[in-house]
Amino acid sequence: MDDRRLLEGWGRTNPSVATVHRAGDDGDLARLVTGAGRRGVLARGLGRSYGDAAQNGGGVVVDMTARNRVLSVDTQSALVEVEAGASLEDLMRLLLPLGLFVPVSPGTRQVTVGGAIAADIHGKNHHVDGSFGCHVVAFDLLLADGTIARLTPDSELFWATVGGMGLTGLILRATLRMKRVESAFCLVDTERCADLDDLLRRMAEGDDRYTYSVAWIDCLAGGSTLGRSVLTRGWSAPLEKLPRRLRDRALDFRPKQFAVAPEIFPSGLLNRATVAAFNEVWYRKAPRERRGEVQSIAEFFHPLDGVAEWNRIYGPKGFLQYQFVVPFGAEDALRRCIEMLSATGLASFLAVLKRFGQSSGGHLSFPTPGWTLALDIPLGAAVLGGLLDRLDEEVIAAGGRQYLAKDSRLPAAAIARMYPRLDEWRGIRRAADPNGIFISDLARRLGL
Amino acid sequence: MKDAIGNVQRVVVLGGTSDIALATVLRLAAERRGVQVTLAARPSERRTAAAATLQTAGAQVTEMDLEATDQVSYGRAISAAFDAEGDVDVVMVAFGLLGDSERAWQDVDAALELVQVNYAAAVGCGVLVAERLRAQGHGTIIAMSSVAGERPRRSNFVYGSTKAGMDAFYTGLGDALAPDGVQVLVVRPGFVRTKLTAGLRAAPLSQDPDQVADIIVAGLRAGRRTVWAPPAMRWVMSVLRHLPRPVFRRLPI
Repeated sequence: MDDRRLLEGWGRTNPSVATVHRAGDDGDLARLVTGAGRRGVLARGLGRSYGDAAQNGGGVVVDMTARNRVLSVDTQSALVEVEAGASLEDLMRLLLPLGLFVPVSPGTRQVTVGGAIAADIHGKNHHVDGSFGCHVVAFDLLLADGTIARLTPDSELFWATVGGMGLTGLILRATLRMKRVESAFCLVDTERCADLDDLLRRMAEGDDRYTYSVAWIDCLAGGSTLGRSVLTRGWSAPLEKLPRRLRDRALDFRPKQFAVAPEIFPSGLLNRATVAAFNEVWYRKAPRERRGEVQSIAEFFHPLDGVAEWNRIYGPKGFLQYQFVVPFGAEDALRRCIEMLSATGLASFLAVLKRFGQSSGGHLSFPTPGWTLALDIPLGAAVLGGLLDRLDEEVIAAGGRQYLAKDSRLPAAAIARMYPRLDEWRGIRRAADPNGIFISDLARRLGL
Repeated sequence: MKDAIGNVQRVVVLGGTSDIALATVLRLAAERRGVQVTLAARPSERRTAAAATLQTAGAQVTEMDLEATDQVSYGRAISAAFDAEGDVDVVMVAFGLLGDSERAWQDVDAALELVQVNYAAAVGCGVLVAERLRAQGHGTIIAMSSVAGERPRRSNFVYGSTKAGMDAFYTGLGDALAPDGVQVLVVRPGFVRTKLTAGLRAAPLSQDPDQVADIIVAGLRAGRRTVWAPPAMRWVMSVLRHLPRPVFRRLPI
């Protein structure tokens, strides 16, 4: 059953209308691809890209979420084969009881495996474990000619697809190497950092001792408190470190959903005053220092998943996320970016800093060694466009780049300057899909 | 593609020598280098000058011939604009004639010329553009209406009647296209000091094309369906609309 629908990204900013096709079996998708019209075909998962990455105006968008089965599990090797529409939450519910955890978890469980590969997502463990693509052993890709290729990391097309934003084909199934855990809990250390120098020093010195590390920054704090932050780091909790009452149910995974945000919030609710108040409370309520706190996976990794549809609190104008990485050594550029944000006072409810480790090898994969900062910013302020353009220049000058899965506004000219392997990727894509059947609004906007 | 901030990449202007359209496109071109602009109008020095102004502002300009009284001509221009590389984010329907308002109700040729350009061609272009934007699944039509269409005035009611018709058409078209992700922005300016009104005595609340352009761009970004320029015109016209006929007829407007 196909229907024409308005599709938007998580930021709800620049929607378009497409024919949505609910994915059937491989044969159904092969027929769809070979019969594609001028406006092409694109896979969509749970729609957590912030901008227009999972939209294809006027074309066909394949809703992959119906294909969400786990096909095989090998607890010996920790290898699992899953369909591309399975979400990370599906994997956690099914596999945590077996002691297997997803190798990489972003800030939400509501992403599909196909999307995780296409955006080569990262999590709090990037500095030690790399991105999602590093843990993919193989996947099946439906190509433009309707054939299916089994791709492994020794092929170029594999790496053009990891981080390739769905533009090389439809990912059907993937084999992943899961992470072995003894419990569904984490041991978490929390510390408050007075300013940016303090934070960067603690992260640079201490991160390698932890599997997971992330810092929340108050971007409205300026002057001597610029970069004041709360740093949380931890490990998967081994059984013997759990309190006795949790040991019997160490592998239970029961995430709670506290609420569903209703569609009643006006734009402008999150303004400088409300966000400053929130940030103040968040900073003050964090302990100066706390060691070894036991948190569930849901609490530690996915605090926002507790409120479904939380993007609605930004109101009808929506919001965007600006996420960039600058290499180690470009701390001055990072500081200038935070200063610019702090000075204009554009409210950022969430500003998250983390250290990236090695790249995965995907041509358009976002993570490269360095500092990555991610900010949510409500739309509406007239100065926003100019500010972000200036941030782009700062990031590019420092040898950095932005995350395509978050982007909803980059100028096309910026992409080649951020992704030096873009032309190489284009060549591989052209060979695999000469007629450009796999296409998205993001690809049209950026001229990928 | 229009981005989250409201920046656009490709704009097609039907009636490419309109002062308001030029001011609007200049604003859009200022935000991003390399905005592609198609100016469709009668070949003229004005069109060449408009193209040069936009190029200086960093836009990539294509000029195209358009004769609003000729269905073949505007059909060809719209096809060519949409067949070119890249999606069209904005189509501005900006052509129009003011005419000699006294001749217009006494001379059948003068009356029908206004109808042909301001109404028939506007509707024809609207139908053709709508088809292409639906196929894209996104885009915006900016339709240049006028407060003159809100209530016919003795002083320019033939012009007013054509604008009333095109305004009604584009307002309805906006509702028809809403499920297709296409926005139609109907712009209702009051008196604007442009080439169209050169030689006329400026009415109260008169304004420059730049002021109208600011309002259009803000409306485009906010996803509005109707904007008035100046915004106060909405309330002025709302009052005028409800005045008794004998009173309204005697107003010096």
